[in-house]
Amino acid sequence: MTGKKHFFAPFFFLTPALSAIFVFFFIPVIAAFFISFTDLDIYALGNPATIRFVGFGNYTRLLTDPLFWQALWNTLYFVLVAGPLSIAVSLLAAVLVNSRLTRWKALFKLSFFLPVVTTLVAVAIVWRFIYHPRFGIINYLLSLAGLHPIDWLGDPFWAMPALILMAVWKNFGYNMIIFIAGLQSIPEHLYEAAVVEGATNWQKFWHITLPMLAPTILFVTVITVIGFFQLFAEPYVMTQGGPLNKTLSIVLYMYREGFRWWNMGYASAIAFVLFFIIFVATLIQIKLQKAKGM
Amino acid sequence: MKYLRKITIILLISGIVSHVFVACQQKTASRQQVVRFWAMGAEGEAVQKLKPIFERQHPSIKLDIQTIPWTAAQEKLISAYASRNLPDVFQLGNTWIPQFAALNTLEALNTRIDTSRSISSAAYFRGIWQTNIIDSLVYGIPWYIDTRVLFYRTDLLKQAGFTRPPRTWQALYTMAKAIKKQSRSGQYALYLPTNEWAPFVIFGLQNGASLLKENSTRGNFESPAFLRAFEFLIRFYHEDLAPLGFTQITNVYQAFARGTFVFYISGPWNLPQFKRWMSDSLRDRWMTAPLPAPHADTIGCSLAGGSSLVLNRHSPRKQAAWTFIEFLSLAQTQVKFYELMNDLPARKAAWKDPHLKEDPYLRAFYQQLHHVKPLPKIPEWEHIAFAKIRQYVEYAARNKMSSRQALRALDRDTDKILEKRRWLLKRQHANSGEKP
Repeated sequence: MTGKKHFFAPFFFLTPALSAIFVFFFIPVIAAFFISFTDLDIYALGNPATIRFVGFGNYTRLLTDPLFWQALWNTLYFVLVAGPLSIAVSLLAAVLVNSRLTRWKALFKLSFFLPVVTTLVAVAIVWRFIYHPRFGIINYLLSLAGLHPIDWLGDPFWAMPALILMAVWKNFGYNMIIFIAGLQSIPEHLYEAAVVEGATNWQKFWHITLPMLAPTILFVTVITVIGFFQLFAEPYVMTQGGPLNKTLSIVLYMYREGFRWWNMGYASAIAFVLFFIIFVATLIQIKLQKAKGM
Repeated sequence: MKYLRKITIILLISGIVSHVFVACQQKTASRQQVVRFWAMGAEGEAVQKLKPIFERQHPSIKLDIQTIPWTAAQEKLISAYASRNLPDVFQLGNTWIPQFAALNTLEALNTRIDTSRSISSAAYFRGIWQTNIIDSLVYGIPWYIDTRVLFYRTDLLKQAGFTRPPRTWQALYTMAKAIKKQSRSGQYALYLPTNEWAPFVIFGLQNGASLLKENSTRGNFESPAFLRAFEFLIRFYHEDLAPLGFTQITNVYQAFARGTFVFYISGPWNLPQFKRWMSDSLRDRWMTAPLPAPHADTIGCSLAGGSSLVLNRHSPRKQAAWTFIEFLSLAQTQVKFYELMNDLPARKAAWKDPHLKEDPYLRAFYQQLHHVKPLPKIPEWEHIAFAKIRQYVEYAARNKMSSRQALRALDRDTDKILEKRRWLLKRQHANSGEKP
């Protein structure tokens, strides 16, 4: 009797939260799933009689859409380069900030975290000047080194690296804070024992810090990869997907199809393909970590 | 049970209270109507200043003006449509009229215009008026005009040996070559950003190209007329007469003041800023001119851009909303609006005002307004222009494709976008075929 009571009690308290999630999350997701099998567009918004059921038509069209493949490739490029880079930079920053030798820790934490809370539109204006082919500081430094100037955002080869650099700078502070929390939860006596055994700093990092941080690293990796797969704002404000669509991301493509050209059916299909990709990528990461025995 | 009774009582009371509220609101509504109006960007703020004048003249109507930003205007309007929340009257870029007509949300204004004392088609520039007509139904009243002309630096052109702006394509090209020859590095003849599709469409239309074919259900960009215009402009990139991309010029006004380029095809929205940047010693060093034409004996047309005022078909206050449209369309309101905003009046009579007549930069616009052409009036046009034309302009400019290849691909993509339209027309045809 009491067991049953306890079984239902949590649901009673969860109901308000669950119903909000159901109404504002699950219903739209389910609706979008059905929409992805139709050609819901501006004509259908005006006159529902013109909506057509197209089966897997949107999905097969995606497979033959060169822009989708371009967007997928760009997004993978971004995730595979910016992801590890961002994690490495934030881990490094966390270790440095957390080091006993560092002074003014709060100041460093604050200044590294500042880009995270700055709006991207403001950041983009500054970075557009940094990247400016004629007056930008990066090209000025290059010219001091005797190198030719680069049209960072206008060159099909350099545009994505430029966005990656900016995205890493903008986001690493967030992961850094999580890493610092992880570092502080490592028991001090492990390091003390290592010192007694005569371990070098590098050995301490490799054999104590990294293994003890494994759960944090897994969490940060999963969150970062999921976030980076949804690359949108950087190309949206910096390059509009150009030049030559070299910075067009999947979400940017989806946004344009859905909210610019009102091809809701097609955009929904893109969303579900992206969901599937992120789902598989996350599974792989978890599997890999498990295989390592962490 | 006890709770149930309590709940019932609460529901009953709240029902009565809300009834009373609604009744009160209706009472005030019968005395004074509130007309909701949405305008984009700075126009919305300028209308706020005209509001007291209107409300004084029409004491029975109150205005509720909302300003929505241009960048999110379309999303906001369509979401408002989806939630049945569109205002009674709103501003619409005239290329958006086909979309909202397809949504079946615009009131056809023909009968209202016929009986109106202040609005008639003859009072407007013909090309601009026509952008508001779909299948002989008038859906909007032109409010202000955005057409593109040639902005140029008189001093730099003179330095290259020319005293007059180009009248023909050939002249534009010859001048560009001469300018480039004596320019420093990083200086160009023409600014033709690859993210602007309009110049390419304008030159195509000038050359007599029809952009779409078969009742606007297929692309027609590979036609010789469009191909020639396209190739003509792409040559400016290939011969380094125009900068590639749009990131090199972060501030177009500053670049114009600095002499980074001599020619720029643009619209009146840039006039106030150019006037501001070209101050002091630069004051007399720039001018506007009508667009050059493909041949000496033709006139170079431009696009009939601009914004219109439209009436929500489902509005319960159409008459009051129409009164407001009539007010904004009066010649003297339009002059006032020009003084506030520098927006070019759509009404011909407003151009007789000395403010407009004596501005030397407006002369080119006035001439150009007599030679404007509308864009295809289909909801898909925005998609074709902003996504596809832009994309293939860039591909051709950066030599990823030849002009012919780019236009073939553009036609192929356009045909894909128009698939639904072909299906709809076919269905309509089949339905109308059955009836008789």
